[in-house]
Amino acid sequence: MTVDTLLSARGLRLSFGAIPALAGVDVDLWPGEILAVVGESGSGKTTLLNVLCGRLAPDGGAVWYRDPSGRLADVHAMPAPTLRQLHRSDWGFVRQDPRESLRMGVSAGGNVGERLMAAGARHYGQIRATATEWLMRVEIDPARIDDLPRSFSGGMLQRLQIARTLATHPRLVFMDEPTGGLDVSVQARLLDLIRGLVRDLGIASVLVTHDLAVARLLAQRIAVMQRGLVVETGLTDQVLDDPRHPYTQLLVSSVLQA
Amino acid sequence: MPPVMLRTEALTKGFTLHLQGGLHIPVLGGIALAVAAGECVALGGPSGAGKSTLLRCLYGTYRTEGGRILVRHRGAFLDLAAADPRAILAVRAETLGYVSQFLRVVPRVPAVTIVAEAAIARGMAAEAAREHAAALLLRLGVPSRLHGLPPATFSGGEQQRVNLARGFIADHPILLLDEPTASLDAANRDAVLGLIREAKARGAAIVTIMHDTAARDAVADRLFPVPPLQDAA
Ligand SMILES: Nc1ncnc2c1ncn2[C@@H]1O[C@H](COP(=O)(O)OP(=O)(O)OP(=O)(O)O)[C@@H](O)[C@H]1O
Ligand SMILES: Nc1ncnc2c1ncn2[C@@H]1O[C@H](COP(=O)(O)OP(=O)(O)OP(=O)(O)O)[C@@H](O)[C@H]1O
Ligand SMILES: [Mg+2]
Ligand SMILES: [Mg+2]
Repeated sequence: MTVDTLLSARGLRLSFGAIPALAGVDVDLWPGEILAVVGESGSGKTTLLNVLCGRLAPDGGAVWYRDPSGRLADVHAMPAPTLRQLHRSDWGFVRQDPRESLRMGVSAGGNVGERLMAAGARHYGQIRATATEWLMRVEIDPARIDDLPRSFSGGMLQRLQIARTLATHPRLVFMDEPTGGLDVSVQARLLDLIRGLVRDLGIASVLVTHDLAVARLLAQRIAVMQRGLVVETGLTDQVLDDPRHPYTQLLVSSVLQA
Repeated sequence: MPPVMLRTEALTKGFTLHLQGGLHIPVLGGIALAVAAGECVALGGPSGAGKSTLLRCLYGTYRTEGGRILVRHRGAFLDLAAADPRAILAVRAETLGYVSQFLRVVPRVPAVTIVAEAAIARGMAAEAAREHAAALLLRLGVPSRLHGLPPATFSGGEQQRVNLARGFIADHPILLLDEPTASLDAANRDAVLGLIREAKARGAAIVTIMHDTAARDAVADRLFPVPPLQDAA
């Protein structure tokens, strides 16, 4: 860990019965950096995100987060209200299925406004103006601000989730397969959007993806997971162009071009 | 004597192919290369000797098996072979430029933005970077009507010229160029050779691979042979 590490985890372990979903994982993340976590289905990627963000308690190991004042906090030892507060403003979580984090019975604008209010915004006109601005940033027609998300396409729902998550300018965003389940043309647009927003806002992110091309496009560094372990890490081009671990070589050789 | 900008000591690189039963292919053995400011060194050697491999080691993409890669960065030598990822990214942003043989296109990002981003990463203001990018693209024969379009639909030569503009815009103190003149017509080749001469004149240290011997002779100060290891083994 260095003086400016934003998030740092050491020796994370978590088993579900006989399955070691995490078997001793270390992670470091610096401000403004995107770390892609890749690996086969069931290798522990989602479990890792849930442990890093404090939603799941590990059997062993620890996660530290450096708050804006520079203090290191043990994520799994902090009081529940402190963790909730982090999730409301400093952190964001983008899920593969936007329906899990959006409120489907609340308007598009309301979904963004709700998060702004949870982070402390009070002035109605200001909240609506910010929500409108965010819909435009994610390329949703602001005329649809009062529509329910039910009437949105999959790609629009994902963009709405991103607007809701980023509206509070979080410092750290966890993303679990943000482009999974979307068709390719929609994916490209979403990726470009995420790339631009993350860079403009200086957001750091742990991004889980099974798509090496997505990792290539968005991430500075990659961690490759297999059976609950990180088997290889490095700069994105190092890992993808000169893979060293047998599993990484298999992964890279099984896609056409990333 | 101009200062040495880049030096390798006993650089060794091979590949272990786990999908081929752990076969080990040695490619580079004990490479000692030194490049001074204002000097252009062309890598020589037959196909498969390891010229591109050496260039990728110098950029930190290929992780070495032994030896050091000393890069003059912020006034002191830094060993790229032992540097952590964040240090390598800092060296790439400020000191080390690389032009690959092919452009990796980013969906929806216009050519001029791709080029300008490289200058912004080195601290140029956004507006100035855009103007500079447009001028450089024009100089490399990429017409204005293409500047606002993503290069996905460009021809191979047009994409390569966008790639070159991106490599040259940031005025890095060290430049690594893999086949910068391949797939270019005579006029565009001359434009690239002009950029290389200007980079040398401002003191850049350049390592390049060029199969076109006429182009190579026009800009390279000397040839550094990369001996094939495979045949020797
Ligand atoms: N709540 C749970 N109860 C029991 N087993 C679980 C639970 N959550 C995860 N697991 C198991 O832990 C292992 C890791 O699961 P995880 O969801 O982290 O994988 P993943 O890498 O995200 O996979 P995918 O790419 O398919 O999403 C799997 O074997 C999974 O079955
Ligand atoms: N990522 C890699 N994984 C495995 N082997 C590699 C990798 N990159 C290069 N090699 C091997 O290293 C050797 C040297 O290749 P390299 O591309 O450096 O040659 P070169 O001198 O540039 O040849 P050319 O003139 O044809 O471009 C070849 O045997 C090649 O297959
Ligand atoms: Mg998962
Ligand atoms: Mg080559």
